[in-house]
Amino acid sequence: MRSLLKGAVAALGTALLVSACGGAGVTPTPATTAEASAPASAPATAAPTPTPEPVKLTYFTFSAAPDHLKDLEAIVQAFQQKHPNVTIEVQTASYDQYFTKLQTAIAGGTAPDTFELNYENFVSYSSAGSLLDLTPLASGDAEFKPDIYYPRAYGVFQADGKQYGLPESFSDVLLFYNKDLFDAKGVAYPTADWTWKDELAAAQKLTDKTKGVWGDFQPIQFWEFYKVLAQSGGQFFNADKTRATFNDAKGVEAASWLVDKVGKVMPTDAQMGGQDDTALFKAGKLAMWHNGIWQFAGLKDASFAWDVQLEPGNVTKAHHFFANAVVASAQTAHPQEAWQWLRFLTSSPEAVKVRLDSSWELPAVADQSQFSSYLSQTPPANRKAVFDALANIVVPPVIEQQSQMTDIIGKALDKAKLGQATVKAALDDAAKQVDALLK
Amino acid sequence: MVGERGWRKAATATLFLAPSLVPLALFTLGPMVASFGLSFLRWDLIRPARPVGLANYSGVLADPDFHAAVLHTAFFIAGYLPLVYVGGLVIALGLNQRLRGLAVFRSIYFLPVVTSWVVVALVWKWLLNPDDGIVNYLLSLVGIQGPGWWTDPAWAMPSIILASAWKDLGFVMVILLAGLQAIPEDYYEAAAVDGAGRWARFRSITLPLLSPASFFVLVISLINSFQVFDQIWVMTNGGPAGASSVVVEQIVKHAFSYGQMGYAAAMSWILFAAILGVTLVQFRLQQRWVTYG
Repeated sequence: MRSLLKGAVAALGTALLVSACGGAGVTPTPATTAEASAPASAPATAAPTPTPEPVKLTYFTFSAAPDHLKDLEAIVQAFQQKHPNVTIEVQTASYDQYFTKLQTAIAGGTAPDTFELNYENFVSYSSAGSLLDLTPLASGDAEFKPDIYYPRAYGVFQADGKQYGLPESFSDVLLFYNKDLFDAKGVAYPTADWTWKDELAAAQKLTDKTKGVWGDFQPIQFWEFYKVLAQSGGQFFNADKTRATFNDAKGVEAASWLVDKVGKVMPTDAQMGGQDDTALFKAGKLAMWHNGIWQFAGLKDASFAWDVQLEPGNVTKAHHFFANAVVASAQTAHPQEAWQWLRFLTSSPEAVKVRLDSSWELPAVADQSQFSSYLSQTPPANRKAVFDALANIVVPPVIEQQSQMTDIIGKALDKAKLGQATVKAALDDAAKQVDALLK
Repeated sequence: MVGERGWRKAATATLFLAPSLVPLALFTLGPMVASFGLSFLRWDLIRPARPVGLANYSGVLADPDFHAAVLHTAFFIAGYLPLVYVGGLVIALGLNQRLRGLAVFRSIYFLPVVTSWVVVALVWKWLLNPDDGIVNYLLSLVGIQGPGWWTDPAWAMPSIILASAWKDLGFVMVILLAGLQAIPEDYYEAAAVDGAGRWARFRSITLPLLSPASFFVLVISLINSFQVFDQIWVMTNGGPAGASSVVVEQIVKHAFSYGQMGYAAAMSWILFAAILGVTLVQFRLQQRWVTYG
């Protein structure tokens, strides 16, 4: 009853905010019906060898729709064959709407049994107590070995010494380049030890504004900023995370690197005319492009030759490490089954194979021999750069008010880009706002 | 006896009103009460809510982003309201004639009103594309270098005003047209006999007798423009660099992106108070310019 009431209040609050903005179109997640309210199937009278009762688990995901629904379905089928008493009900939402729906479901007491979280949100949800502590389940499972996972990916999903998530997949960002454009201008291809200077020099030679060809494209946003900051040797926060430090000389150098290219070797928003960078690269209008390995599948049929290289560094190298975890809700009535599903989804040979064959995000498993089928696919020829990048990784700076901080940084970079403020003034202002979020 | 019949009548009326009263209570009044309670809490949906007194209200009132959003909303109203009213009036006057195919024209002008904002906003975004949009192409034919409509902070709000006025012209037109047709023909005939020209007839007969319709249109349009959101969400998402950030856009961001439900609720109550205040002032002022009959 209480959860019903809480649910009603949450739904009402949400409804008002939605009605206030004239149909912003947020529908609450379809309730997981009986799951939350029904009494947990009590195994109190269990015989020594009980026939397992049928269990329905919900799994909520953003990474499957729309391109990989069939791949997920294949993993679900394989799991259900091994665990005939368990049915997995998949619910999907686009990344844009995913966290709104998830929050509403949790607030309403109808959280999905298992769901997906990216690293930034994992921090917030684990500290809120929304997640099931997997540590006892892991130690109670004789077949489970944590070293099956890529160690860094397993470690980031711990909080206060407890394991709250299993690493599902990872991805990173590389320098994509159009070989045809390099050949046409006689410019040497990027190498693994390029620095910003080499990139800029090549970009200047490759830019041909009369043909609408630009030498470089690097998104101007939070995720690029913390990375180029790391490449400049800067720190986003001070050591005890009480103050933002990204507005020092290194931060100014990093932000300037992003915004100074605009209009010179990189198109302005107006020059892009509403097309995004993906469309421009695919149209052969960008010689170099900073983007993620999730673009491989979409570039398979490109009409030009392309390859990838490690991103150039400044005083040091730094590469993104984006990881997704799968977690179980603290409210789930079936922790044991949820654990089995999470384990299967992240590390079973079946799931690993499906992910690699479909060029989905990469499974975060340690055994690199499993990746041979992935590595042998071309293009890109230099696919091993995906793994070389893991030698110097940087994870996103995370605070509780993550999306607000992301917006603050994005807005500051926009202001500097548009010339509304100097880089230093824009970063100073952003640092002040981020400091306020840390209190 | 009267009492009993009165009760009966009220009961019957309630019965017939129930299909709209029940959803109204459930989905509008209920949430309003809940959001008022919410505005005194700090709640991110995933942690338990905790009371913070008036901190949300004082936080909103001191928030520079909120101040900017209020200014942008005021800028929108100042640009949109005259444009949509005068534009709607001109079309209504044009359509208040005995023309062939009048119904067709009225439908055409009303079409944008019933079209989804998402569609309209996307089409306008294409038309106003700084690089290869048709508007800048046409401007270039007469030797004008078109602005970066939604990529230039100075032009983002004017672009949105233009699209908004275009979409709502039809609504204003329909209301004013109804008002125009309610004006008896005799007045114009009598004025013509007295030697009044077209302008004098418009000023002394049309405008005053149209004032109730004008008043209605202005009240509704003002309330709607305080709540401007959809077109901004689609066309600029509040950018570039926050140049088109408005109050409702801030409410949505704080509620659903930043997980600050209480803060967003406080913001919506401040907006509600502002709309209520302005509308009350409008009702006060109407005595000075609105003539009934």
